[in-house]
Amino acid sequence: MLEILGKTNFDFMGKRKIAFIFSGIMVLFGLIALVQISRGAANLGIDFAGGTAVQLKFDQAIRIEEARKALESNGLSNAELQEFGQDNKLLVRIKASTTIEEKTAERVMAVFSKEFPNNKFVVDASTEIGPTIGKKLQEDALIAIVISFAGIIMYIAARFELRFGVAAALATFHDVLAVLGAFYLLDKEITLLVVTALLTLAGYSLTDTVVVFDRIRENLRIRRRDSEESMINNAVNQVLSRTIVTSLTVVLVLIPLTLAGGEVLHDFSLALLSGVIFGTYSSVFVASPLLLLWPGASGRMMKRN
Amino acid sequence: MKKVGGRFALLALVVVLSVVFFLPSYKPLYQALPDWARKILPDKGITLGLDLQGGIHMVMEVDEDRAVEIAVERSVNSLQDLLVDKKLPAESVKRTAANQVTIQFANAELKSQIQKLLDEYPTFFEVDAAGSANSLVWELRETEIKRIKDSAINQALETIRNRIDQFGVSEPLVQRQGLKQIVVQLPGVKEPKRAKDLIKETALLEFKMLDEDNQMKMDFPARIPKEKEAEVLAQFQGKVPEGDQILFEHQIDKDTGREFRTPYLVKKRVMLTGDVLSDARVSIGEFNDPYVSITFDGKGGREFERITGENIKKRMAVVLDNTIYSAPVIQDRISGGRAQITGTFSTQEANDLAIVLRAGALPAPLKIIQDLTVGPSLGQDSIDQGVKSTLIAGLLVVVFMMVYYRLSGVIADFALLLNLLCLLGALSALNATLTLPGIAGIVLTIGMGVDSNVLIFERIREELRAGKAVRLAVDGGYDKALLTIIDAHVTTLITGVALFLFGTGPIKGFAVTLCLGIAINLFTAFVGTKVVFDLLNQGKKVDTLSI
Repeated sequence: MLEILGKTNFDFMGKRKIAFIFSGIMVLFGLIALVQISRGAANLGIDFAGGTAVQLKFDQAIRIEEARKALESNGLSNAELQEFGQDNKLLVRIKASTTIEEKTAERVMAVFSKEFPNNKFVVDASTEIGPTIGKKLQEDALIAIVISFAGIIMYIAARFELRFGVAAALATFHDVLAVLGAFYLLDKEITLLVVTALLTLAGYSLTDTVVVFDRIRENLRIRRRDSEESMINNAVNQVLSRTIVTSLTVVLVLIPLTLAGGEVLHDFSLALLSGVIFGTYSSVFVASPLLLLWPGASGRMMKRN
Repeated sequence: MKKVGGRFALLALVVVLSVVFFLPSYKPLYQALPDWARKILPDKGITLGLDLQGGIHMVMEVDEDRAVEIAVERSVNSLQDLLVDKKLPAESVKRTAANQVTIQFANAELKSQIQKLLDEYPTFFEVDAAGSANSLVWELRETEIKRIKDSAINQALETIRNRIDQFGVSEPLVQRQGLKQIVVQLPGVKEPKRAKDLIKETALLEFKMLDEDNQMKMDFPARIPKEKEAEVLAQFQGKVPEGDQILFEHQIDKDTGREFRTPYLVKKRVMLTGDVLSDARVSIGEFNDPYVSITFDGKGGREFERITGENIKKRMAVVLDNTIYSAPVIQDRISGGRAQITGTFSTQEANDLAIVLRAGALPAPLKIIQDLTVGPSLGQDSIDQGVKSTLIAGLLVVVFMMVYYRLSGVIADFALLLNLLCLLGALSALNATLTLPGIAGIVLTIGMGVDSNVLIFERIREELRAGKAVRLAVDGGYDKALLTIIDAHVTTLITGVALFLFGTGPIKGFAVTLCLGIAINLFTAFVGTKVVFDLLNQGKKVDTLSI
């Protein structure tokens, strides 16, 4: 039998203070990001904010400063540029809040064919999204988020007793907010795909939590003499290797997707990847210790049925 | 003793069905099949999303208010004609609000006679309070406004469909979305810009007379660069006589390719519009320059003959979307119902012009509110990257499972392949659209799918450590892991369903693959792998398990 970890006996519950502080900070950043998004101050993708994105593929390498200068001298100073080195690709993004003019995509193309006549390009993709559509997508995303979370919480509530349900839901919020916070700190764009990743994460990160909670419930029925803290600690240790292995298989598929899946999927996979890691951490260090915070639970026996 | 025969038959059936449904999705193989086989097999498989095969996704809004204005303007035109016919000398007939016409006349005695004309315009009613002794105000009825708005979008849909059919795109989608939006999807379009121009062009063709009596007074510059248009308009603002307007003729210098404009003073009154056309074709002139020859229908032909007969030696402007294509002098009465539209355009431009003229004008301008265009090269790049990362991901997981769980890992890998095969089969059977995020969904299914087997195997290991016999340990492991795995899957499915319901395009594609993958996984992990273990345990007593 090949095992990543043999029988372990880590004192996870004893580290809960440190874990809560770390998680609290991550969640705080996530909440800040949430407030900034609702204020419209965060780095929203053009699918939410409205605007234009044009991706050009040049024959020869193009220097990003020169491209920016060319756009600025032609009245497109608010463009954000991003290059994808190996293929001479350039992504130009212009948000709608700063330009009202139509046909921005055509203007961008005109600028490059005028300023760089010797460096021919093809248009890989162009996206133009009017503010009304952006609003609609924001609303749809919000509805999807609310429905997912309501559905998950209801399911957990039906399957587990209240204390477990609340802890699992909080841990899920923690994972999603931590990734959102990380994206905010890194100034990554919050696009429709990133939101999709966060929702998928909300569904998936529960897997580890459910595995741990199932074991805690099971142990509640067998071991009557241990203190609550040591019992939870035992349960976490017992399922530790499968918690790690299940996450590992997902991490194994997400790494090639992040590295080789192309620019469209990069941020999506990155959000999932960091989310799965946070999710594994939270099922051990957040969800389980949260059970101990329940009023009247600490040190005592919990209800056994 | 558990029977495995039935379950093996089920697995075999599922595999065969998946392959049968998937075959049409893999074109090279499907094409190579003999005819009789293709006749039996389903003919539709997975469709590639626009992000993978390239193409255009556009959402447009019809400017409904403008459609109402245009309808009112038409009534104004016909009312002017009617007043002339009936010899009722009105001073002016004008559209004074979006839905309002004001008729002014010097002679107050005319009022009752003009009022009678309202009978011919049942969609209007008179606003008594707004009129005076020398004026009448008519307003369009609410029901008519609603009808115009409604028919505007239907007419726009019809027109766009006609144009796209003639442009030639395989499997286009043109449909109404909500109350006033139109969605157009053109997969695999090679010239996106041309297709978009073709759809967007209002293509309102009008014949108008030049106002040559006043032309000299205006002292227009002969030819101006394209950028100076607004300048000229501003310069002559306020000097344009009542009932006239300034329109520009577009010209392109053939040597330099620069665009020029020539301003003309044109009477606003429309002599004839493009809705009386029966055909439009491209012809090549004597200097090898293309032009569009148009044919009027019977009524249009007679009208055109009358108009040209009454205006010999005068100049008539051919106007498309408020741009003058040409302004020739009418040499003679033109009978036979044919005319030409000349101008400086390429064969392709002439061709597109003929298409929009044949398909008819849009009832009102369109506003594009969403436009996603993916070039064919990016689509192929995305497919390549998607396939590459799927293969690497699959390989990593397969190897990891073999190393970590030995023979049991191989069984899990077999279930994984089964999972992927069924997923592709199910996607094909549903004719689902595969998008780039959809490929990511497949990759995730690989990673999440083996989780089920990891959980089962860890349980079995636990049972074995507790000293149970292999067969009991296997059964116990499966039983105890079942609920945990269902819990984990359901929560993922909940978000998947929410994404499917409220996601658009690519996101929906992701939700579909994720949900199907997870659901199928329950089957492959429990039935697919269990049957193999049962087979191992069936014969002689097994003492050890490679796990």
